[in-house]
Amino acid sequence: MALLEASRVVAGYGGTEILHGVSVTVDNGEIVTVIGPNGCGKSTLMKAIVGLVKVRTGSVTFRDEDISSQPPERIVRRGLCYVPQSANVFPSLSIRENLEMGAFIRDDDYEGRIAEMFELFPDLAVRPNRKAGSLSGGQRQMLAVARALMLDPVLLLLDEPSAGLSPTMMSMVLERIVDINATGVAFLLVEQNAREALRMSHRGYVLSAGENRLNDAGQALLDNPEVARLYLGG
Amino acid sequence: MEIIGIVNYLVGFAIMAAIYAVFALGLNVHWGFTGLFNIGIAGFFALGAYTSALMTTRPPDPALFEDFKFGGNWSETQFLDLGIDLWFFLGLAAAAVVCGLIALMIGYVTLRLRDDYLAVATLGIAETVRLFFLNEKWAANGSKGLYRIPAFLEGSVSPEHYDYLYLVVVLVVLAILFLAVERAVKSPWGRVLRAIREDEVAAEASGKNVFRFKLQAFIFGAVIMGVGGALFAHNIRFLSPLTFDPLLATFVIWAMLMVGGSGNNRGAILGAFVVWGIWTGTQFLPGIFSDPNFRFFMIGVLIVAVILLRPGGILGEERRITRAADS
Amino acid sequence: MFALRNTARRMIPEWTPGRITLAIVVVTLVAGLLPFVKMSLIVNGVFLGAIIALGAIGLTLIYGVLNFANIAHGDYMTMGAYVALFLLTGLFPTFGIEGEGLGPLTFGYPLLIALPLAAAVVAAGAILLDVAIYRRLRRRGVNAVVLAMASLGVAIALRGLVQVIWSGETQHYPREFRQVFRLPLDVRIPPDSIFIAIVAVVLVVGVYLVLTRTKMGKAMRATADNPNLALVSGIDTQRVIRWNWAIGAGLAATAGVLLAVFQAQLLPIMGWKFLIPLFAAVILGGIGNPYGALVGAFVIGVTSEVSTQWINPSYKPAVAFAIMIVMLLMRPRGIFGDSG
Repeated sequence: MALLEASRVVAGYGGTEILHGVSVTVDNGEIVTVIGPNGCGKSTLMKAIVGLVKVRTGSVTFRDEDISSQPPERIVRRGLCYVPQSANVFPSLSIRENLEMGAFIRDDDYEGRIAEMFELFPDLAVRPNRKAGSLSGGQRQMLAVARALMLDPVLLLLDEPSAGLSPTMMSMVLERIVDINATGVAFLLVEQNAREALRMSHRGYVLSAGENRLNDAGQALLDNPEVARLYLGG
Repeated sequence: MEIIGIVNYLVGFAIMAAIYAVFALGLNVHWGFTGLFNIGIAGFFALGAYTSALMTTRPPDPALFEDFKFGGNWSETQFLDLGIDLWFFLGLAAAAVVCGLIALMIGYVTLRLRDDYLAVATLGIAETVRLFFLNEKWAANGSKGLYRIPAFLEGSVSPEHYDYLYLVVVLVVLAILFLAVERAVKSPWGRVLRAIREDEVAAEASGKNVFRFKLQAFIFGAVIMGVGGALFAHNIRFLSPLTFDPLLATFVIWAMLMVGGSGNNRGAILGAFVVWGIWTGTQFLPGIFSDPNFRFFMIGVLIVAVILLRPGGILGEERRITRAADS
Repeated sequence: MFALRNTARRMIPEWTPGRITLAIVVVTLVAGLLPFVKMSLIVNGVFLGAIIALGAIGLTLIYGVLNFANIAHGDYMTMGAYVALFLLTGLFPTFGIEGEGLGPLTFGYPLLIALPLAAAVVAAGAILLDVAIYRRLRRRGVNAVVLAMASLGVAIALRGLVQVIWSGETQHYPREFRQVFRLPLDVRIPPDSIFIAIVAVVLVVGVYLVLTRTKMGKAMRATADNPNLALVSGIDTQRVIRWNWAIGAGLAATAGVLLAVFQAQLLPIMGWKFLIPLFAAVILGGIGNPYGALVGAFVIGVTSEVSTQWINPSYKPAVAFAIMIVMLLMRPRGIFGDSG
């Protein structure tokens, strides 16, 4: 049984339906990337999985349990954490406080985990009392990922982790993802920089207009001429 | 009670209900169609009433110990008479213009900002207007109030039948305003207003100047409220700052619109008659129901109950579900 | 579900050139006017500011976390004042808890017991109202203005309830006449005002510690910053909202009792009339920013008191309103917010 199995998910906002039955699976320890043109429903899929957008029909199963009708704070407790594309830190809280909020549901001592995060992202350790709102884009992204890692998740959902970053920053963030993956955390990514993301992914999905198009190994998608032409910019 | 007494009572009731219906229409333009949260209706109510009253009342008479300095005396100006009391309509127009200008000022400052700033600003205007008329005795006689406000076409019918005449006048004005608002909200302009209310960001994205439309709607609603204030002044014929307490000049009108159905002009008018009927009718009931404080309490409960249980009021919004029912 | 907002709010101001200029202008104006102002008005304004601050901090916290203007906040103050009145004149005497004129103060020790009890009762009431009304509306996903509308209904109902139970007449706590402290420069301070200031300082420091030192306080700030992110971080936002109401309404009730002491009277409309200075302080300080509300409260308190040197005192609410309008024109996001 897969770690995460979203099958035939239909979801949307108000009167508009965005996902018309999308299916995605992630296995233990995998990095899976979802690519597709703007507006194809990638972000909505993420939000539907974590419970921010209601799943109308279809199901989302995580560690053999149906989570499709559960509120976000309950899903998080099962070890599925999520980093939104934008507004993914608490700007008026300090770096430290952001990490503490990531560990909100932990009742044990999480100081060690904070130290680990500072080790993983040394930039954040320089001035831990700095307000998150004053950080650069790259630092924010790292803080956002660190916040989500505070709960030792089994699966981490990242919505466009490299959006708005400089190329060096971007490759650094993606490298970190591979490092973290090596410790056993599975990833489900949505990425604009599809080429770089697919290169480090085990598998990938291509979405278009709220429906599945393709599903293959990361490298196979990179080698697929149609994918290259339509989604990888030539 | 004799039949004639009951009929007279009902006519007096209908005049007030119809005047309230004018306010409910104005509030419907603000809240029902545009989503503007005006909690200072009393301010526009008072401005409209005082404007028309001051323009038409005779100048102060020292023998009556009146302190105000200016009375326009339009009611006795030959030029404005022509045998049809033209002054009355000019008074209504003046009230409308003053309210429109104040709305322009308030709206210009607050409508670019968060929705709820308008609420605070209208609250402030209502209080400022009340304090002004209370403290500035030269303006409108302070707490002694204005009490020689002329009546429209007075003397053309016998005093005991005058209310019938004024009821017709108020109903005609109400009908004209109703048709005007109906036309406006069914026009492309009205559709933009509803689009703004439903989703401001989307309306902005489709190239609409949201601020301009909101400002226009705010002024339009305030103008209607000004007319309502003027109709009220020439009916009661006595105004003091105490007339415009928030309960009867703001809260009751909110209850009327919510009960009747916000976003529906027929609902606004129906709500005015229903709520005013409950308000005045309950005073004949025994026990706590006739206690004005208890009725005050019930007005609040009524508003909350409508929002929770029947967001569309009695009639609901025409052709569309209300946004409160969206999820 | 909450509307997604990502306006960054800073808790502590940063000194940009614009802010420095503004500060210089304000300081110069204040310094220039100071010699012409009666010291007693400034002192009185500070005490009034302390009361406004307690109300405004609660209002701004609710604004920040729940994202709507709680129109009923003034009436939570009224409720607090009247619940204390009931305790002092109705309940306590049956247990023999009576007395006035504690030391130099006009009221007796029972008020010290009634104050926290009234705050607790109003806090509990606010949580119940949230469960009965606001939570249902939030679940429906209504616009923030509909929540404000509902709070208008609550405000009306609460005031009606106060009038049904306690009548519309002016009332006051059991009190004894006391001499004021006379200081140089013709400053007279009623001992009660010193008490008000002490309570206000203790509570403001308390709120500061809760917001910066406790997990729940930090979670409240996080929820105000970004409600959706708080949800996916696993923060129990329902619990945050309950604490938020408890603190906000508790502070409001305390402010109501202190206002009744300060004005030496209770009226059902007292809280509704206080809405304008409350909102003026909140807007001045920037919505959702408790430190801003604190500063805004003193600005409003002192300015509206000082204005009485030149303007008819009954215009005080209009002065607070005027300051707010000027502020909205110049710096719509508050003193510490970004301009424009």
